[in-house]
Amino acid sequence: MGGNSDMKLIDENGIRIDGRKIDELRPMKIEAGVLKSADGSAYVEIGKNKVLAAVYGPRECHPRHMQNPAKAIVQCKYNMISFSVSDRKRPGPDRRSVEISKLISEAMEYVVFTENYPRTSIDVYIEVLQANAGTRCAGLVAASVALADAGIPMKDLVPAVAVGKVNDQVVLDLNKEEDNYGQADLPIAMIPRTGEVLLMQMDGHLTQAEFDKALEMGVKACHEIYDLQKDALRRRYAIVNAEAEEETKEPAEDVNEEA
Amino acid sequence: MARSIVSEIKRDHIHKLIADGKRVDGRAWDQVREISIQTNVVETAEGSSRVKIGNTEVIVGVKMSVGEPFADTPNKGVLSTNAELIPMASPSFESGPPDPESIELSRVVDRGIRESQMIDLEKLCIEPGKKVWINFVDIYVLDFDGNLFDACSLGAVAAIKSAIVPAKANGLGEDYPMPTTCTPVSVTSLQIENSLLVDPTLDEEKVATARLTVTTDDNGDLRAMQKGLSGALTLEQVKTAIETSRRLGIEIRKLIG
Amino acid sequence: MNNESMTRELVLPGDLLDAGTMKPGEGTYVHDGKIFAAMLGIKSVKSNFVNVIALGGRYIPAPGDMIIGKVIDIGPSNWLVDIYSPYPAPLHVNEVPWRVEFGDTARYLAVGDTLLAKVLSVDETKRVQVTMKEQGLRKLQGGQIVEISHSKVPRVIGKNGSMIQMIKTYTNCRIFIGQNGRIWMDGNMEDMVHAMQAIKMIDEGAQTLKLTERVKEFLESVYRKEE
Repeated sequence: MGGNSDMKLIDENGIRIDGRKIDELRPMKIEAGVLKSADGSAYVEIGKNKVLAAVYGPRECHPRHMQNPAKAIVQCKYNMISFSVSDRKRPGPDRRSVEISKLISEAMEYVVFTENYPRTSIDVYIEVLQANAGTRCAGLVAASVALADAGIPMKDLVPAVAVGKVNDQVVLDLNKEEDNYGQADLPIAMIPRTGEVLLMQMDGHLTQAEFDKALEMGVKACHEIYDLQKDALRRRYAIVNAEAEEETKEPAEDVNEEA
Repeated sequence: MARSIVSEIKRDHIHKLIADGKRVDGRAWDQVREISIQTNVVETAEGSSRVKIGNTEVIVGVKMSVGEPFADTPNKGVLSTNAELIPMASPSFESGPPDPESIELSRVVDRGIRESQMIDLEKLCIEPGKKVWINFVDIYVLDFDGNLFDACSLGAVAAIKSAIVPAKANGLGEDYPMPTTCTPVSVTSLQIENSLLVDPTLDEEKVATARLTVTTDDNGDLRAMQKGLSGALTLEQVKTAIETSRRLGIEIRKLIG
Repeated sequence: MNNESMTRELVLPGDLLDAGTMKPGEGTYVHDGKIFAAMLGIKSVKSNFVNVIALGGRYIPAPGDMIIGKVIDIGPSNWLVDIYSPYPAPLHVNEVPWRVEFGDTARYLAVGDTLLAKVLSVDETKRVQVTMKEQGLRKLQGGQIVEISHSKVPRVIGKNGSMIQMIKTYTNCRIFIGQNGRIWMDGNMEDMVHAMQAIKMIDEGAQTLKLTERVKEFLESVYRKEE
């Protein structure tokens, strides 16, 4: 948060520098199943953010001492590629990405039925290809679609969005300028149906009333994003309804007649 | 571990097919998988590309900034090429510092670009001995199904060709296209048993004994080569690999435009 | 197949499946007395149980499953077998059809060998044991291996084995299907390529319409061409 409230980011009509209203999301696009090698994957664009997520697992957990005999561990790794930001970022993890990885891992661990797969790990790799504020939320949105695409048992999909304060007004889904010169940033991830909050951070300055307003905006936007997540998966698994194609779950030996 | 062990049945099957002049996916030995090239895919980079060869996919970005030249080349811009085998791309890639595979890959791609003098580095000198353009070509493998040498090289060349020198943002006049002189193309031939094939898939690479990457320029002249793996190539195979690289290079160069 | 599961409805994690009358089956969870989908898949209702049939995901072994494994390590009294699952499975010398002396394991099965085996037991933490001590279980040699998602195995088999029978009839290949998604086939080279393509078609289009017809058309077209 730059906290520089002199910078005019919202005009008299309540329109932001990118033409949005204060409670409007940036254009968003989600695609599921975009990579071949991964067990599940997703691509998310929100505004100028471009994020890929890939899931591997459940797979044998290495190193062995990290195995949990009662459940799978969920390891998310968030990374920004070197040319995703205006000044080239040295490849490899920094303290910021380690922190974000930890928070996303914890959020995902809550929704995944980890007890189904003792001693394994479920690995989620999030790569930010182009960054423009809100990449941790975009990464989380992509990660949960990728987990569902991988067929991982989970309670629900997890949408996420950042709300913030700019020119003393609460606004939804900060862009880069608003993030740089705004007064507060509040990323939220939640399960819309139950209202369970799985990620929340805040920096800057918000009054109780502003927070309440921000939360209300965030919850509403999470519902919208959730619909886009589901739509992406439905398109990927385009099913012809009312199809009654024959199949059998007979044990394989019935067809392996020589065995 | 389980994945690195090739089942004998798969190995034998690939061998039998090759002895018959065939491949698992039905291609001819000198047939490249479908290639797609997109450029300007990342706004935050001066140049970028996303390239697919079959199911192998890479994203490449070129970042440029003003810095000091090397003492021995005071009137030339600086080129640095780096390839990252990120764990997103394959169950066999791990996080961590670059391993010998990714360093070899970076260096082979770099050599093709550097030795062909594709980038006119002298034109990227701003003030001899003091200020030049520093070029970082960063390659990320997103999806791995074999033939990284050619995919990364193609991605890097396409990204460089699409780059715009950010002169304005650095107070150095108007922006201008990256000064380039030619389009180097690498074609890798893989040896399995006694046969050669190009553009290998991951399954083919797993049973390969030797490989030769040959980078040619627009005239079909050789600009860089790299022999890899622990097998030996015959002189005849070396000649075939070169001839194949020159021949296929012409078609691939057209795709880059 | 009964009439109850005639419709194929895609469900996603968190989708409400039933609010009171049915019982929670596979791939579901209960929250506040309601049944929700616990994974992406096809909703299926059978004898008042609502289930979600997976469209992907990893194979999790169950006792009695016939699987195709790959030897990945050798110990003095057992082999370690990759069963295309997160859980590698030891095969003990007592569970093979040969009398193997201690330390003599490598003479019988080597790293990289493929075998037809059966899941003997799976404990609470998913420690798996496999056996080859049953008629027909053996080391597989020659031919070709294809790997698909274990969830597509029922579609490759087809109703009462109709799909796989059709592929066998056209291609003249011998085919073994492991419930873990590994499929072994043997026949002449051309035929194996066609059988493999047919299986890939099923793997990629398992949730699409008229799959059997499309596979049949494909096989008919390649075999008509050749005659």
